[in-house]
Amino acid sequence: MAEALAGLRRPLVAGEKRPGDVTADVARPMEGRPSGWWWGGLVLSLAALAVGAVSVTYQVATGIGTWGLNRTVGWAFDITNFVFWVGIGHAGTLISAVLFLLRQRWRTSVNRAAEAMTLFAVICAAIFPLIHMGRPWLAFWTVPYPNPRGPLWVNFRSPLLWDVFAISTYFIISAVFWYVGLVPDLATLRDRAAKGLRKKLLSFFSLGWDGRLATWNRYEMVYLLLAGLATPLVLSVHSIVSFDFSTSVIPGWHTTIFPPYFVAGAIFSGVAMVLTLMLVVRKTMRLEEYITQHHVDVMCKLIIATSSMVALAYGTEFFIALYSGNPYERFVFMNRAMGPLAWSYWIMVGCNVLVPQLFWSARLRRRHLVVFAATLLINVGMWFERFVIIVTSLHRDFLPSSWSSYVPTPIEVGTLVGTFGLFFTAFLLFCRFLPVIAMAEIKGVLSWGRPRQGGHE
Amino acid sequence: MSQRVLRAVFAREEDLLPAVRELRARRYEIADIHVPYAVHGLDRAAGLRAARVSWVGATFAFAAAFGIMAFQVWTSAVSWPLDVGGKPFASHPSFVPATFEMGVLLGGLGAVAALLVAARLYPGKRVELVHPRVTDDRFVVTLAETDAAFDAAATWALCERLGAVEVLEDLMAEERR
Repeated sequence: MAEALAGLRRPLVAGEKRPGDVTADVARPMEGRPSGWWWGGLVLSLAALAVGAVSVTYQVATGIGTWGLNRTVGWAFDITNFVFWVGIGHAGTLISAVLFLLRQRWRTSVNRAAEAMTLFAVICAAIFPLIHMGRPWLAFWTVPYPNPRGPLWVNFRSPLLWDVFAISTYFIISAVFWYVGLVPDLATLRDRAAKGLRKKLLSFFSLGWDGRLATWNRYEMVYLLLAGLATPLVLSVHSIVSFDFSTSVIPGWHTTIFPPYFVAGAIFSGVAMVLTLMLVVRKTMRLEEYITQHHVDVMCKLIIATSSMVALAYGTEFFIALYSGNPYERFVFMNRAMGPLAWSYWIMVGCNVLVPQLFWSARLRRRHLVVFAATLLINVGMWFERFVIIVTSLHRDFLPSSWSSYVPTPIEVGTLVGTFGLFFTAFLLFCRFLPVIAMAEIKGVLSWGRPRQGGHE
Repeated sequence: MSQRVLRAVFAREEDLLPAVRELRARRYEIADIHVPYAVHGLDRAAGLRAARVSWVGATFAFAAAFGIMAFQVWTSAVSWPLDVGGKPFASHPSFVPATFEMGVLLGGLGAVAALLVAARLYPGKRVELVHPRVTDDRFVVTLAETDAAFDAAATWALCERLGAVEVLEDLMAEERR
């Protein structure tokens, strides 16, 4: 059997797995009983979700006067959370689409979970603007449909409307991409399942997939096309999110660096979140042979790369602010680094620029507790990045008599806690009921039973 | 009408690819191939041409992009022109984001719809597997017993020599392809 091994430069999956082993290993957590860890996590997540549900109900019933906003800081916590969650989602698309186009085949171990994470993160993100509308039941007014009000159309020249298009497209395309990827795996599970509800559901959702080559041929073309569409899409989404700020005339927001800066930051925070989740998943679901040290290494390196881009952006925007000769721009940046909210600026720099430097060390990358802690800190840092950009650009405006500060109310914090609850509840349910590893994709990168030249003629 | 077929079941990609090439070189009619995952290079070995679903996606994408651009101009400049900060009514640069997003959205949905239609996949479709493990770890090559000259025994032996772990005789419903 040894001669059948190799072919790829380095095996992506440890333990000389055969295709049948992959099915058995990935299906095991779904077919057995969940562990105590899973139940513990679910209870905790549901508790957080309940906090969020109460907060949201209260603020929708009372109005957004329950937030800590004031005349000067008219935009703070909810938009911070919105940008944060959209950013988290970006890594899923990066891993599923961009790395697919770049033929980074290690992605097969993590893409399914990362894509699921994208979906849940975008749902969490969408909650915030929805609440901010004040009357969320009228959210459909953002859709340009013929209406009895004129018809009065939406303002296509507003970045906030671009957001509506970008986020909804992003969600739908990510969901479709995820589902298309799932279909062959659902068929595999269907053919393993005993009769019953589970089998019926799997039969329904697997669309009658029978593994015909002609179907696979079309399927691969569609997958490639979706990857090709999702790649510019992911770049456009956070660019459009950054337009919310950069098309305004507020010093600290009105900069051309924002789109690439936001996209790099989004991928940075998202990869950190994927790594956080994957470290837990590989340990608790015993998938160490699929999500190997190699995967941890490459994701750490991705984090270093994107952290460097973010660091460059921090430096550039500061330098340009000082160099511009614009006193307002200069003031905003000096105020960020040395004003009353300087602590948030330095948390951001510490977590996003200094912490990732740990990952240069191969020895530290092998200490998963260190990696885990670092990824959590990175996400704290990225949350503060958005907070810094938003609040410190607003709280000391052009008129010193209206200077103010901003403190979130318990309701706002409760909403954020609730979105974390929603995110982890959804992720735990996903781990329990769907294959966390794309079986049909990982079978294509196993070393076993593969010609040495990797299948090329 | 159903047709007699011979199904050669393989366990390894390494055996499957040369076997498919060999069978085609010997002028066997490969009625179908079923695999548990997308085997790299198999479409070429089986002589399949590139799928055309991407053209459907591209058509949808361009149609949607043109459509939404025209719609934006019409709503902003014709149907109800609103002066927003003195910007031109038909300000094309600000119509780019929605145009791009709708192009991507419809392009993706169109391609997936084309896949479902072309491959006749739909929710709840009843499936007849060619082999119980074909969605797990078995590769199945189906050879049509085209005419009287088809020597089942010799083909059987050939398939086994090519590395098939199992060979079965079966009936296949004649299906439009």
